[in-house]
Amino acid sequence: MPQLNKDARHSVTLTLNGDEVTGYAEPRMLLSDFLTHEIGITSCHVGCEHGVCGACTVLVDGTVMRGCLTLAVQAEGSTVETAENLASDEGELSELQQAFKKHHGLQCGYCTPGILMSLTAYLKENPKPTEEELRDMLSGHLCRCTGYVGMVKAVLDYCENRTD
Amino acid sequence: MADVAEAKKYLGQPVERVEDEILLMGKAQYSDHLPTRAGTQHAAILRSPHAHAKIISIDTSCAEKIPGVVAVMTGEDVKEMSEAFLIVLRQPINQWALAVEKVRYVGEPVAMVVARDRYIAEDAMAEIDVVYETLKPIIDQEEAISDDAPVVHEAVGSNVVSTRDFTYGDPDGAFAEADKVVKMKVRYPRNSQTPLEGFVVTADYHEGENLYDVASNYQGPFTSHPVMSMALRVKNSQLRMRTPQWSGGGFGVKVQIFPYVVLICLASKKTGKPVKWVEDKLEHLSAAAAAPNRLIEMEAAVKNDGTVTGFRFDQQDDYGAFLRAPMPGPLYRTHGILTGAYDIKNLAVTNRVVMTNKCPSAMVRGFGGPQMYYAIERIMQKVAIELDMDPLDVIRKNLVPVGVFPYRAAAGALIDSGDYPAAIEQAVNEGALEELKKRRDEKRAAGKKYGIGYAAIVEPAQSNMGYLSNILPLDERQRNPKGGAVANATVNVDPLGTVSVTADSIPQGQGHMTILSQIVADVLGLTPDHIKVNLDFDTAKDAWSIATGNYSSRFSSATTVACMQAAEKVKAKLARIASQTLNVPAEDLEFAEGKIRDPANPENGINFYRAAGAAHWTPGNLPDEMEPCVRETGSWSPPELESPNDKDQINTSLTYGFVFDFCGVEIDEDTGEVKIDKYVTMHDSGTILNPLIAEGQVHGAFAWAVGCALYEEFVYGDDGSFLTGTFADYLVPTSWEVPEPQIVHMESPSMVTPLGAKGIAEGNCMSTPVCLANAVADALDVEDITLPMTPTRISAMIHGEEKPPANNKPAAVTPVKGEGNVLRGTGETFVPAAPQEVWNTLLDPEALAAVIPGCHKLDLVGENSYEADVSLGVGPVRGRFKANVGLSEMVEPEKATLSGGLIGPLGASQGSGHVSLSAADRGTTVTYDYAIELTGTVASVGGRLLEGAAKALVNQFFQRLGAQVGGGPVSEGTSWWRNLLRSLGLAK
Amino acid sequence: MKPKAFDYLKVSSAEEAVAALAQGGEDARIIAGGLSLMPMLNFRLAEPSILIDISKADSLNYIRETAGMVEIGAATRQADLMRWDGLESKLPLLNAAFPYIGHYQTRTKGTVCGSLSHADPSSELPLCLAVLGGEVDLQSASGKRTLSAADFQTGMLSTAKQTGEMVVAARYPTAKAGEGYAFTEMAQRRGDFAIVALAAIADANKIKLGIGGVADKPTVREWDILEGEALDDALNEFAWDLGGYDDIHATARYRRELVRRLGRRVIEEAKSCRS
Repeated sequence: MPQLNKDARHSVTLTLNGDEVTGYAEPRMLLSDFLTHEIGITSCHVGCEHGVCGACTVLVDGTVMRGCLTLAVQAEGSTVETAENLASDEGELSELQQAFKKHHGLQCGYCTPGILMSLTAYLKENPKPTEEELRDMLSGHLCRCTGYVGMVKAVLDYCENRTD
Repeated sequence: MADVAEAKKYLGQPVERVEDEILLMGKAQYSDHLPTRAGTQHAAILRSPHAHAKIISIDTSCAEKIPGVVAVMTGEDVKEMSEAFLIVLRQPINQWALAVEKVRYVGEPVAMVVARDRYIAEDAMAEIDVVYETLKPIIDQEEAISDDAPVVHEAVGSNVVSTRDFTYGDPDGAFAEADKVVKMKVRYPRNSQTPLEGFVVTADYHEGENLYDVASNYQGPFTSHPVMSMALRVKNSQLRMRTPQWSGGGFGVKVQIFPYVVLICLASKKTGKPVKWVEDKLEHLSAAAAAPNRLIEMEAAVKNDGTVTGFRFDQQDDYGAFLRAPMPGPLYRTHGILTGAYDIKNLAVTNRVVMTNKCPSAMVRGFGGPQMYYAIERIMQKVAIELDMDPLDVIRKNLVPVGVFPYRAAAGALIDSGDYPAAIEQAVNEGALEELKKRRDEKRAAGKKYGIGYAAIVEPAQSNMGYLSNILPLDERQRNPKGGAVANATVNVDPLGTVSVTADSIPQGQGHMTILSQIVADVLGLTPDHIKVNLDFDTAKDAWSIATGNYSSRFSSATTVACMQAAEKVKAKLARIASQTLNVPAEDLEFAEGKIRDPANPENGINFYRAAGAAHWTPGNLPDEMEPCVRETGSWSPPELESPNDKDQINTSLTYGFVFDFCGVEIDEDTGEVKIDKYVTMHDSGTILNPLIAEGQVHGAFAWAVGCALYEEFVYGDDGSFLTGTFADYLVPTSWEVPEPQIVHMESPSMVTPLGAKGIAEGNCMSTPVCLANAVADALDVEDITLPMTPTRISAMIHGEEKPPANNKPAAVTPVKGEGNVLRGTGETFVPAAPQEVWNTLLDPEALAAVIPGCHKLDLVGENSYEADVSLGVGPVRGRFKANVGLSEMVEPEKATLSGGLIGPLGASQGSGHVSLSAADRGTTVTYDYAIELTGTVASVGGRLLEGAAKALVNQFFQRLGAQVGGGPVSEGTSWWRNLLRSLGLAK
Repeated sequence: MKPKAFDYLKVSSAEEAVAALAQGGEDARIIAGGLSLMPMLNFRLAEPSILIDISKADSLNYIRETAGMVEIGAATRQADLMRWDGLESKLPLLNAAFPYIGHYQTRTKGTVCGSLSHADPSSELPLCLAVLGGEVDLQSASGKRTLSAADFQTGMLSTAKQTGEMVVAARYPTAKAGEGYAFTEMAQRRGDFAIVALAAIADANKIKLGIGGVADKPTVREWDILEGEALDDALNEFAWDLGGYDDIHATARYRRELVRRLGRRVIEEAKSCRS
C-alpha cells in the first residue's frame, strides 16, 4: 500500500454487512465518521470519541473495535459488521435483539447497537457467561438510561434459551 | 374506577416497546443522521481556556485563510446580530451566544469557525489567536459571597444575584419551643447525567422569509423558545424548531442547547448556507451544563419524642457564570415540597443565587430534588442520632399521616395521594429490613464497617409554569401571574382508518410512543400496533405551548391526559357516525376488537375503519353539523397548578409520588471502597401505565444516583481549570458498579390527573444519593460526608493519621497539590560548574535559541524578557505554544525568579519559580521551587497525569541544566531550555 | 474533537516501519492498536506528521517461547496473549493481571507492546514487565538493541526509545518453580486506570513487589522474606520512597495507604500460591 497523503481523499472499499461499499476519506477520518457520513449507516453512534463509551463499537474482520479509535483507511479491504446486520433479511429481530426488547434492555437506544456488536463477538467466545463475566464485559460500554439491569437479564435469558 | 380499569386492556400492562425494533436494528435516525441540504457547512467552536479573563483581541485572519473555511465569527459579530438572552431575574447578566468582552468560565464559546467539514473547522480553530488578560476567578461558592471576592458580573456588583426569604407557619415559635435544635451544614456537588449523544443543531436561514429553520435535539421546555426568538430578533413563528423522533438521551441537559441554536442560526444567516454543529464530549462535559452545586445550612426544631416541628433552610445555589433560562429553577422547582414527606407546619427558607466562574448550571434529572433531599434526609438521620432513636422511627414519627390527602404542605404543595406509613411497612417487609439489620450486626461483630441508610422523599412531577414567579416580589408577580402547565396531543384517523398520534412530549428514550399507543388502543378498541405514534416535533405544525418538552416527569401525568382526551374526542365522533348505521345511541356503543358495536348485541357493529372512512369518503352523510375528517387535539392544563398566593405558597408540581429507600453498605477497610450490599426502593407513583417501562425508569434513575453518590463530580481547580473533561475522569458507573435494586411498588392513584399516574423517573435521583450517604455515615459513625464518596475520601476518614516514614527520613520530592489546580514542588540538584557559569547560561538568549529544537522563533522583547513560539511535548503529547518568560528579582549570580505563561490550542498556563544558586565543592547547588497553574484542554483531559508529569519535567529540567552547564550530554529533544518552558507551562 | 491531518502508511514488516520512521523523523508515530494514540489524536494532544500502521504486519504478530522467556511481537494484541494456551502456566502473573487490563473491547485491539511504549505509570503490562525483569527489543534503521524493563521506561509516558526507533518485541520471563505470583489493583471503576497497581513474586527466600501508579514509572523492590511488623515497616518505607502525587481521583497519601495495605494482601497471596 502506498503512503497516503494527508491532504487527499483516498478511496476506501470495504465489505459492509455483506455488501461491498466504497467511500472517500482523508487519512485522518475516523471510521465512525466515515460509516456515518460517507457511507450513510445509522448504527455507529458517536459518543465520546475517546474510546470509553463504546457507542461506536463495530466489528472489523470479526474483531470488536471502537469506531472512534479506528481510521477509515485502516479498514480498507476489511469486513465490517454493524448492528444493521443483526436482524434477518426479512426484518425479523435476532433472538438476542428480541431478548433486549422483552427485558427492556434499552431506552434511548444510543448505546445499544455498540453493545449488540460487542455481544455478537463475545458470545461466540463465551456462549454462556455468568452474570459476573457478562457484567465485566459490559463494563466496556456506558449506558446512561437503563442502569444495565434489563440488558443483563436479556443476555442471560438469551444465552439460556437461545435456539439460533 | 373499577369499570375504567376493566376497560383498560393495554394500559397498566408490561407491553413491550414499539420503539425497540428500529433502535435494535440500528436504523433509527438521530439528529446527526438527519438529511442536510447540499452545501451544508460545519461549525467548530473555540472555547476559553481561562475561567475569568478580558478578551483583549481576537485575530481570525490566519483561520480565515485556510481552504474550506467560509466564516469565522466572534462575540462582536454575535452582539451585532443578536440580543443577549432573556433571564428570569432583573439583573444585568448579559450573555450572548459567544463571549463578549470577557470570558467567565473555562469552555465558554469565544469564536466559531464555519467550514466545509468539521475537521477543517477544527484546523482553523487552532489558528485563531486570542489575547486574554487574565483576571482572578472565583470558584468556591462560599468564597463567592464574601465582599472581597472577584465579581463575575461587574454590573451586578455582587456574586449574590438574588436573595429571597420565605416564612410559613411560625418557625420562630417552633424553634423557641423545641427541646432540641439540630443543625447541619451540607454540600451537594456538581454533576450531570451526561447523555451519550451530544447536542446537534442544524440551522437553515431562509432569507426571503426571515425565518430560521432549525433541526436539533432540543428537549424543551419551550419557555426557552421565546428566549431564542427574541435573541434572534424575530417573531416566535420565524423560529421553526424541529426535533427528531430519536434522541440519544437528554436528562434535562438538552434544554441548554438553546444558546447554540441561536449561534448556529446566526452562522447560517451570516454565511447564507445551512450550518450544522455537533457537540463533542469535551465540549459537553466542560461547557454544556451541570446541576448546581448547593450549600445548605439547615436546622430542625425537635421534640424529645422525635417530632420535628420546624425546619430552617439557608440554601445557596451556585449557578456558575450565567443564569440561563430556566435558571434558577433547581432552587424553586421543589419549593412547595420543602418539607419533604413530613408533616411539618413551620418553615423558614432563605434562597440565595450565587454566580461563580464555572459552567452555567441547568436542568438535570431530579432538578433541585437531589440537593434538597440530601439536606432533609441527612438532618433526619442526625435528629435520630442526637435523640438516640432509630432513624426509621424518626421518619415514621414525622410522615404526612394517612387519610389527609389532598394535603397542603407548608410551602404550598398539594400532595395528591398516598399512604406513606403503609408504603414503608410494605418496603420493610418485602425488603426484609430485619434480616438486613441482623446482617449488619453480624458484620459489625466480625469487625466490619457496615451501615444502613434510609431515605423517605416525595417525588414531584409536572412542573407548574409559575414556580419561578416566587423569586419575584409579590407585586411584581401579580402584574403578570403565571401558573399551569399545558400539554397537547393529537389523534388522527386517516381515510383507511389508520390511527396516528402526535404529541408535544419530545421523548429521549422513555417509551412515550408505547404508552400513547396503549392509551389510544384502549380508548378506540384497537391493538397498540395499529397506532402509529410520531413524536418528531415541529413548532410550525404541531400543537404546543410553553410547557412543551420532556422534563420534570410531565409525560405520565400530562401528555397522557391530553392524548386520552384527543382519543376520547375521536371516539365520540366515530360513535356518532356509527350510531347512524347501528341505530344504537352513540353513548351506548363500545369500541372493541377493531369494531364499534352494541355491547348488548355484539353482532350489531361496524368496523372501526369503516366509521372513520365515512368522515373522509362521504362527509355529506355525516350527522348534522359534524365536521369532516377525524383529527382531534387534546389540550390540558390542571387547575391545581395556580400562581403563587400572597403568602408565597405555591403548588410547584401537579403530582407527588412517594419513595422510600433503605440500603446496606460495607466499607472495604483497606481501600475505602463503598460496596452496596443491598438496596431496596419503594415507589408509590400512582397508577402504573406500563410496569416494564416504569421499572426501567427506576433502574436508570438509580444508576445515575449511584454515580452521584460514589463516582461522578465535575471538578474544578481553584484557578477555574476544568479537570473532568473525559469519561476517564468524569466517572460514569458501568454495569460492574451498579447493582440491581429491589423495587417495591404500591399504587395510590392520583386524584388530580385522569389516568392517576405520577412521575417515577426522578425519585431515585433524589432518594438514593442521600440514602447511600446515610448508610456510609452509619457505617463509619461520622457526620461529615462529602459526595461523591470516593475511596480516597473514605480512606481519609478511616485510616487515621498516616504512619510516618522510617527514621523520619523525608519523602521523595513530592509536588504537594496546592489549592485548586496549582502544581507545586521543590527540589535540589548539583551542577558541576561555578554559579556564574550557570547564571550566564540562564541569561544568554542566543545560546538558548540555538538549543531549543522545537523553537520556531525566539525574541528578546525587553530586558530579561523573552517571547517564543515553541512546540512542546512529553512522550507523544505535543502542542504549539506562544510563550513569554521573564526573569526578575535577580541577584547575580545567586538567585532569580522566573515567571511567565504559555498559550496555545491545548491550553494556557501561568507559572513562576525561584532558583537559588550557591557555591558548593567543585560546582553549584541549585535549589528551586515552582508553582504552575494549568488550564484548558490539557488540564481537562490529562488530569490524571499532570502532577506526576510536572514533577518529572521540573526534575528533568534541572538535571539537564546540570548536564548542559557541566558539559554533559544533552540529548536531542530534551534541551534544558525546552524543559524550562515545559516546566512553566505544558506540564504534561 | 477530530485529528489534525497526517499521512498514513500501512506496513507489513518492522523493516518497512523503521525505514518510514527514519524518513518521518521526530513527528512520525507508530500505530498498532491505537488505544493510547487515537484518543490523543482526537484531542489533538498529539499531531504526528505520519502514522505508520503496523497492525497488519503479520511478521510482528506472534507469541513464542525463547530461552526462559515469552516473546510477544509488536502487533500482537492483548486479547491474543490473554487467550494464549501457555498464559496460565508460563505467565501466571500476566494471567492474574489481565482481568484488570482495560476492557474486553479494548484488549481486542490494544497491543502488548503498544502499552509498553505508551509508558503510562498506571498500566499493568509495564508493571508486570518491570517486576518480572523482562526486556524490550528496539529497532531502528541502523540496527536493533535490547533494553531491560528498568532501562526502557524512564518516566511518565517516557521511554528510552529514540527518534527513529520502535518497539518490535517484548519478552516476559516465564514462571520459575517455587515462585508464587499475585496481582491486584485499585481502580474506581472496572477497567479504569489503576490508582495503584501491585504485582508480587514470592519464593522461599525472597519477595519482590512492583508498584504502578504511585511513582512516575513502575517501581520494584525486593526483600528477604519478611513477616508481620517487619513487612509493614518495609512496605511503609517503600510507600514513602515512591512519593506519589495527587490527582483528582486520589491523594498521594491514599496511594501510599494502598501500597501499605494492598501490598500486604498481594504479597500474602503470592506466598500462598507458590508452586
